[in-house]
Amino acid sequence: MGNPLLIAAGDVGGDFFRERNVGDLCQAQRDHVFCWDWAKENIDRFGTPTVQHLQIVIPAILIGFVLAFALALLSHRTRWLQPPLLAATGVLYTIPSIAFFFLLLPVTGLGRDTAIIVLAAYTLQIIYRNTILGLDNVPAAVKDAARGMGFTPRQILWKVELPLAIPEIVAGLRVAVVSTIAIATLAVLISAGGLGTEMYGSNLTFPTSIIMAGGIVVLMAFGFDAILLFVQRLTTPWRRVSQA
Amino acid sequence: MNALLPLASFTGAIEFIFSPQESNVTGGKKVGGLDKSLELLVKHLEVTALALTIALVVALPLGLYLGHKGKGEQFAVGLGNAGRAIPELAVIALVAVLIGVGLKNVAPVLAILGVPPILNNAYVGVRQVDRATVDAARGMGMSELAIIRKVELPIAVPTVMGGIRSGAIAILATATIAPLAGVETLGDFILNRNVYGENGLLAGAILVALLALTIEGLLALLQRRLTSDGLKLKTV
Repeated sequence: MGNPLLIAAGDVGGDFFRERNVGDLCQAQRDHVFCWDWAKENIDRFGTPTVQHLQIVIPAILIGFVLAFALALLSHRTRWLQPPLLAATGVLYTIPSIAFFFLLLPVTGLGRDTAIIVLAAYTLQIIYRNTILGLDNVPAAVKDAARGMGFTPRQILWKVELPLAIPEIVAGLRVAVVSTIAIATLAVLISAGGLGTEMYGSNLTFPTSIIMAGGIVVLMAFGFDAILLFVQRLTTPWRRVSQA
Repeated sequence: MNALLPLASFTGAIEFIFSPQESNVTGGKKVGGLDKSLELLVKHLEVTALALTIALVVALPLGLYLGHKGKGEQFAVGLGNAGRAIPELAVIALVAVLIGVGLKNVAPVLAILGVPPILNNAYVGVRQVDRATVDAARGMGMSELAIIRKVELPIAVPTVMGGIRSGAIAILATATIAPLAGVETLGDFILNRNVYGENGLLAGAILVALLALTIEGLLALLQRRLTSDGLKLKTV
């Protein structure tokens, strides 16, 4: 019986450098850094990998954000939790994603779930650290004023501290999203699909495909970054006023 | 889809690191073992060190200079942000196809991944130094170079080192896929499954993870040593 792990990805030697059939669009494709004809003809083949990429990135970010945010709120009052949580998320952040993917094979196996777990774990540190930083940076005078107006601690948190922490929280989220989109290309190594499929394996000898897939990754990252920046501006109208 | 390895594979992987194991994919030929693990570990460190050195030589002086002059914020910070969007796999794959395989092609390209965080943090670190402190140094007759070396850099150590740590880990992590461009690192255990089998796969992952954590730990220690006692007091 064939081992499914062994067909998950090509090996370095052997058929790894297999030529890819690009038809007559670009003869001697090795001489072309970028073959426009092929790109125009094959743009549709990047649709599915792009969707798969999003199917990894979006759940990973959502899970990572909810977890990190909850941990930040929890340790905002229970402050002694902060050093151990920072250390733990720091370890998850430091372990290279490729190693992390394969360390989980005996636990969650190949596929998208593993990729989502690893990328979500990767985002925890950035989002957690920025959220507690944002909450800590709220001036004590502002909190005192809110208390003086009769706000309960819960109201202070949700109506004063969190809104004022939005810029830092969003800044963390932007870093997390952009890195996650880039790292998700490695998900191809554990058969989780995504845009890495157009860079790795039989496509390795064909620069046009690698450049296109890489370009989509970068555009996706910048796109999400722009959306988050827009959300930040929308949710912090007072900043625009003070800057104007 | 769900190729689940048995949990016992971890034992196999640990054995693989220390003594050569018969591999079920090479027809019983023994692979792995401590010698091979150490050989790949040293190569992994070699590539990482070389790439990090290149990144430091390029990014650190530039970042410190721009921060000192207060120029090029868009460039330094923008590059720091944009750098995170670089898909490592595409970079390594492109090197292999367009530039060529081997250490001298791969190391400079890996260095590219280290430049954005180092440049960005060097800039930000120096920029954050109190201008009054810098003016005082200038008033005491320090040359601009001396101000950077003796005033701004020591105060910026935590931020600068933070960037170096990020860069080092990014390079070390990406060195794992360097075998795709003909540089044998610990990633060889992971990517070359037809030789090392499942034990090698997990062994490679364990070694890469431990190596990253060790390097990060050592750099954190170095950062503590380099940070002046006065600065530590302020943060406590």
